[in-house]
Amino acid sequence: ILLTKCEDFCKGRVDSRTIYVGHRPCHDPEAFIPPKFCDNRIVSSKYTVWNFLPKNLFEQFRRIANFYFLIIFLVQVIVDTPTSPVTSGLPLFFVITVTAIKQGYEDWLRHKADNEVNKYLVTVLEDGQRMRKESEKIKVGDVVEVVEDETFPCDLVLLRSSREDETCFVTTASLDGESNHKTHYTVPDMEQDLLSLNATIECEQPQPDLYKYDKLNLSCELKAKSLGPENLLLKGATLKNTEKIYGVAVYSGMETKMALNYQGKSQKRSAVEKSINAFLLVYLCILVSKALVCTTLKYVWQSQPGQDEPWYNQKTQKEKDSNLVRLVFFSCFLSRMFTDFLSFMVLFNFIIPVSMYVTVEMQKFLGSFFISWDKDFFDPEIQEGALVNTSDLNEELGQVEYVFTDKTGTLTQNNMEFIECCIDGFQYKYTDSSTELDGFCVTDGPVNQLQQKKEELFLRALCLCHTVQVKEPCHPAELRGFIASSPDEVALVIGAMKYGFTFLGMESNSMKVMNRNNEVETYQLLHVLNFDPVRRRMSVIVRSKSGDTMLFCKGADSSIFPRVRQHEVERIRMHVERNATEGYRTLCVAYKLLKPEEYALVDTELREARLSLQDREDKLLKVYNQVEDNMSLIGATAVEDRLQEEAAETMEALQGAGMRVWVLTGDKMETAKSTCYACRLFQRGTELLELTVRTLEDGGRNREDRLHELLLDYHKRAVQDAPPVKAGVTRNWSSSHQDYGFIIDGATLSLVLNSSTDSDCYKTLFLKICQNCTSVLCCRMAPLQKAQIVKLVKCSKGSPITLSIGDGANDVSMILEAHVGIGIKGKEGRQAVRNSDYAIPKLKHLKKLLLAHGHLYYVRIAHLVQYFFYKNLCFILPQFLYQFFCGYSQQPLYDAAYLTMYNICFTSMPILAYSLVEQHICMEALLENAALYRDVAKNAMLRWGPFSYWTLLGVYQGLLFFFGVRFLFGNPALQDNGQVFGNWSYGTIVFTVLVFTVTLKLALDTRYWTWVNHFVIWGSLAFYTFFSFFWGGIIWPFLRQQRLYFVFANMLSSVAAWLVIILLIILSLLPEILLQVLRKPRGTHSRQVLHTHTHTHTDRYYPHKHTHTHRHTHTHTHTHRQVLPPQTHRHTDTHTDRYYPHTHTHTHTHRQVPHTDRYYPHTHTQTGTTHRQVLPPHTHTDRYHTHTHTHTHTHTDGHRQVIILANKSLVKRTSL
Amino acid sequence: MMASSYNAKEEDGHVAVPVGGTIKNKKPDNTAFKQQRLPAWQPILTAGTVLPAFFVIGLIFIPIGIGLYVTSNNIREFEIDYTGTDIDDPCFNCSQSFSWNNTRPCTCALDFSLDHPFESNVFMYYGLSNFYQNHRRYVKSRDDSQLNGDINSLKNPSKECEPYARNEKAPIAPCGAIANSMFNDTLDLYYVHPNGTRIQIPLSKKDIAWWTDKHVKFRNPGNNPNLTAAFQGTSKPINWRRPVYELDTDEENNGFINEDFIVWMRTAALPTFRKLYRIIQKKNNMTPTLPRGNYTLEVSYNYPVRSFEGRKRVILSTISWMGGKNPFLGIAYITVGSVCFFLGVVLLIIHHKYGSRNNSADIPN
Repeated sequence: ILLTKCEDFCKGRVDSRTIYVGHRPCHDPEAFIPPKFCDNRIVSSKYTVWNFLPKNLFEQFRRIANFYFLIIFLVQVIVDTPTSPVTSGLPLFFVITVTAIKQGYEDWLRHKADNEVNKYLVTVLEDGQRMRKESEKIKVGDVVEVVEDETFPCDLVLLRSSREDETCFVTTASLDGESNHKTHYTVPDMEQDLLSLNATIECEQPQPDLYKYDKLNLSCELKAKSLGPENLLLKGATLKNTEKIYGVAVYSGMETKMALNYQGKSQKRSAVEKSINAFLLVYLCILVSKALVCTTLKYVWQSQPGQDEPWYNQKTQKEKDSNLVRLVFFSCFLSRMFTDFLSFMVLFNFIIPVSMYVTVEMQKFLGSFFISWDKDFFDPEIQEGALVNTSDLNEELGQVEYVFTDKTGTLTQNNMEFIECCIDGFQYKYTDSSTELDGFCVTDGPVNQLQQKKEELFLRALCLCHTVQVKEPCHPAELRGFIASSPDEVALVIGAMKYGFTFLGMESNSMKVMNRNNEVETYQLLHVLNFDPVRRRMSVIVRSKSGDTMLFCKGADSSIFPRVRQHEVERIRMHVERNATEGYRTLCVAYKLLKPEEYALVDTELREARLSLQDREDKLLKVYNQVEDNMSLIGATAVEDRLQEEAAETMEALQGAGMRVWVLTGDKMETAKSTCYACRLFQRGTELLELTVRTLEDGGRNREDRLHELLLDYHKRAVQDAPPVKAGVTRNWSSSHQDYGFIIDGATLSLVLNSSTDSDCYKTLFLKICQNCTSVLCCRMAPLQKAQIVKLVKCSKGSPITLSIGDGANDVSMILEAHVGIGIKGKEGRQAVRNSDYAIPKLKHLKKLLLAHGHLYYVRIAHLVQYFFYKNLCFILPQFLYQFFCGYSQQPLYDAAYLTMYNICFTSMPILAYSLVEQHICMEALLENAALYRDVAKNAMLRWGPFSYWTLLGVYQGLLFFFGVRFLFGNPALQDNGQVFGNWSYGTIVFTVLVFTVTLKLALDTRYWTWVNHFVIWGSLAFYTFFSFFWGGIIWPFLRQQRLYFVFANMLSSVAAWLVIILLIILSLLPEILLQVLRKPRGTHSRQVLHTHTHTHTDRYYPHKHTHTHRHTHTHTHTHRQVLPPQTHRHTDTHTDRYYPHTHTHTHTHRQVPHTDRYYPHTHTQTGTTHRQVLPPHTHTDRYHTHTHTHTHTHTDGHRQVIILANKSLVKRTSL
Repeated sequence: MMASSYNAKEEDGHVAVPVGGTIKNKKPDNTAFKQQRLPAWQPILTAGTVLPAFFVIGLIFIPIGIGLYVTSNNIREFEIDYTGTDIDDPCFNCSQSFSWNNTRPCTCALDFSLDHPFESNVFMYYGLSNFYQNHRRYVKSRDDSQLNGDINSLKNPSKECEPYARNEKAPIAPCGAIANSMFNDTLDLYYVHPNGTRIQIPLSKKDIAWWTDKHVKFRNPGNNPNLTAAFQGTSKPINWRRPVYELDTDEENNGFINEDFIVWMRTAALPTFRKLYRIIQKKNNMTPTLPRGNYTLEVSYNYPVRSFEGRKRVILSTISWMGGKNPFLGIAYITVGSVCFFLGVVLLIIHHKYGSRNNSADIPN
């Protein structure tokens, strides 16, 4: 048998790899060929010293803009052009250099980080000796020693642990975000000395799925052992609570699970940049067509006699020579034409200025400071504020359509707490104020002796049924610490401790529990029936001192209820369901007394199953199911994984802003689901569409068929039958629209994505269903699967902007994959933060980051881009038109100084300041009214509509500037002394009008005039004036031509010039002013919307606790302890008033969901009077919003109304 | 950064928190600028604010426009074309028999009559059409340092002046196409008295160029009052009959600072242009500068324009505070003013009928 096995190994099967522990061949040293595996080096850097310059330059010139400017520069160098090459070369050089330095620095940091990891010293057992080695030199097959609190340098199979029980504890926080301690086991029965161990390991080829290990076998000497994931230690995980371990490296370097789950950080490009590139192409077309038109017309014009070379304007000898040649060779004629074409290109190239890119970069860089400066993002707990890693994506924050969020640590605090329990149908809740001895307070049930017994049994069960370990405190003053693979278990043990039953720990297979009377009870632990996600329960079999053998089982309600007596279920089910809706993690506890003979049977069966080499899992499962049956239900527990502060509110704001929230978690489905309920991503009315292993196995048929069937069914329900979801309308309570929530788990997802047949069809079906659901929950996700989901959505139709938020290393891949990655500065290390684009301390900060900052950034940059194209269009258009009047000779209309300075000095500062400080709607309003976010959704301000508006405006103004001055120059005698103006005066007048118009146009657009805006807008105009005086006031010694000498001053001395400048400025701004007046002003709009929204919107989204007080009738109070069907209260109030001249309808729809006051304590009092009133005055307040609505209607002859609407000092208005 | 995620030291979220006072520095400053709460004026353009502006613009622009229009109409302007394209034209012969080598200028005389007297100072312009003074090759064909009296540039004209930089090794002064093609017709104006006598009207050539051009931008080389010596070693422009130092007998108007030359050197904006030639000063208040009656314009025809389909004109014009005759500004102002006023009225109607919702924006926040 052994021989064949070894032959198998030597054949080197493709789907598996064979590892020789300690590089010692298993049987035949002669035939040993050491297999080749990659080394343990990590490479994340992009450049080396040698390839930096060419590679970096290549990457930079791949950008369409850089390449364009390079071409323009080269043309200017080669061809005789109207402008000097310096004008475009210098800025280009500057931009390229700065970018190269920045990228070089970043890569240097990456090199440093790589080295730190690769050069980390680890201990390796080699040839019987312990050796210190650099981490990168570890080879597959090496036996590595790892001590406590060290991370594993590669993927290891655990061979030996310093702990007696042959286990070790590991935290995989950096891999999957679970910070609890996980137990891993050594290879069983490894008696031999490690230094002389001869063994081979057969394992599958490296693959990224963290939770999947198809094949892992260890054959040692004569015995072959099957290994499972519990024997494998992953790179990146940290050893905890164990002195040291030895393991053999099985995967190394880039083949480790972690590296495979890592995705290269690719350069993220914002959608705005794509828009810019699209606009750029349009402008390039404009530019090329302008140059083509001019070139064509030039040759047409020149063909007329006497025009090409009149006697007064002879060509130089060189040009004449080339003319002679051109008669001979047609190709030279063409090249001459091409040169002319290029000259025109250069003349008009200012239409796409390099300064736009510089300004955009500056805006992004400087603008990002506002995020890190924001004190609202400051978290006093960790003493840190927000962090910006990439400033390129600021505006993307205003465009998010899909939010992918991690659960643990992001939505929740990852901090479990025992809240309440239910014993035998009675609810117990711990309250400090209770006078009862044990601090146990019965909320709804009597206390009697029998009850007392049940209580104690329940608490004992909690103390015994777990795998928790006690960590003895280092100092006596410290509290006892618990370590467990699941934080829920710790919470339960601590909860039991509060109620008087303390778990003292394990001592040689016996568990010690201190009961209420401070007596120590000892139980012998016979078996642990481990938790697994399929059974969703775990059990222990213990024997008490009195000799009773008991089985305690705890697990999810769905897995416990079918296994207990039905009459017990009914009493507890209600409590469990209510707790679940409140977002608690619920567990049911059951027990069973085992008769001695029963136990004996179970014992043997369990032992047999454990020892079996094949189908171990299946056999164990069978026995487990057999044992855990016919139990009696004692009670249920409710553990709260506290939500992050304002988690629900944040989620609702995001949904209100039109974003779809997907929860991607590595966690269990039940837990994740309850969190979704707590965050109100799922509501009570939400119909859940489940696509999990469980639903797939329900039908008992082929998984694939079942998947197909389910997908089609869900698609029918959620997509085909659902009314088409209008953009921007989600969660409309008043309509009959059914909400859908979708749940999928990792295994099913990989089935959907990697399905052999019609995988694309499944994928699209899946995507379509998900896009029609309000929320989607993906649980049991490996990090790479999270990224896959993000990628799937990212690449779907319409390529929506995605955002990922997470706090752990398991979120890194999705953070990198999404358009915008947000890291939370949580407790689980800093990987997420380091790989994110933005990092915030808490989830609640996401709201302001997106709704306020993102929205503003988007509006700012969109305006910046549009304005830049516009101002250069009306800058260059007159120059183009001038060609028609100067014989197509490429004569610039403006002086070179004006051409160069226009974008750099005269018009750049106002738009930069605008794009930094503008708030077209103030931040409070943006935060209060999430729906405003939808106004800019889908790149609203950079689509072709607004673009063509700006372009038309530019064309209109350019035409106006040129022809206005053209008509004025019908008689160039413009001074009162009869002297005439020349071409430079012409250009200067046009330029003056231009500078003033584009600056004032920006002033018209500015909604938020701080001193900065005043300073730069008026400062720019003053600077232009001053500069023009200065430039024209001196005979410049280094200039060959004094074109502008006193031109500006002379222009100002002419009344006609003044008049035409004023006229043209007003005329070009007139349509803009008119449009702004006629269009409903944005600011007003927002304020009005604000009102309606603070009434209807918030009420709609925030369910309230109601206290209705009717004067003569009755008072009923709904408290949260009662389970009530959802109720809808609707008030409609229609009124008009002077300041709100439109009819204003408030529809308050209060949806009564019984569990809400835990997160949002509200009181909503309504006092009705006997008059015929449409709406009685009412106030409702809650912690986050304080509304006071007092509507007084006095129905006399007239109609009198007092309306006071107060919402956090936002609005206060009284009309009489 | 990938590798850093393997970094064991930072794994546990132990960010090296600086001890003591530095922690406080991490808290963002609560300044108005950093929190984006700078005090700001938040204007909203509404019908309420724009309406008065429209009316004000209308009310200001219409009178200005009327004023401009009236002013422009009051300007007397008389234009006479003397290109000599038709066989009947007095200058036909001159234009036909033109040759650069003619030593004796060809003269022709045009008779015309003014129906209205020109009361104030009269400005005499020559106008050229289809003459591309704004052609790029032409515009740049000059050397301003030479014209500013720089000795070095006088001897070594800029290469921009090509092909008018040198004449057989000798540098041309002034160099370049502009100077070379200087307008050189001589125009004389005679008043034909009703009794038949011709009285020459005195034409002043002072103050026809910009003051700064004449006094700063253009300078004769060296401080040598003897221009002949100053221009020693230079050649006259090819098309010129006389060297630059013989442009005028008046020392103050000779060489580069000759005002006719300076006027010519200011390149025109459009291919049809006029340039100031002479000023006819008003003698006294009693008699008009140019009384109505018959006049004779005597042209010494030196400047060929027919090769490029050009035209030559003489324009007599009075001047107002807004310059020469140009109805454009007046009409434009009246139009814009009326449009504004009209828009104001329309807006007012809209505002009153439907637009009260615009008004709500005026409510202070």
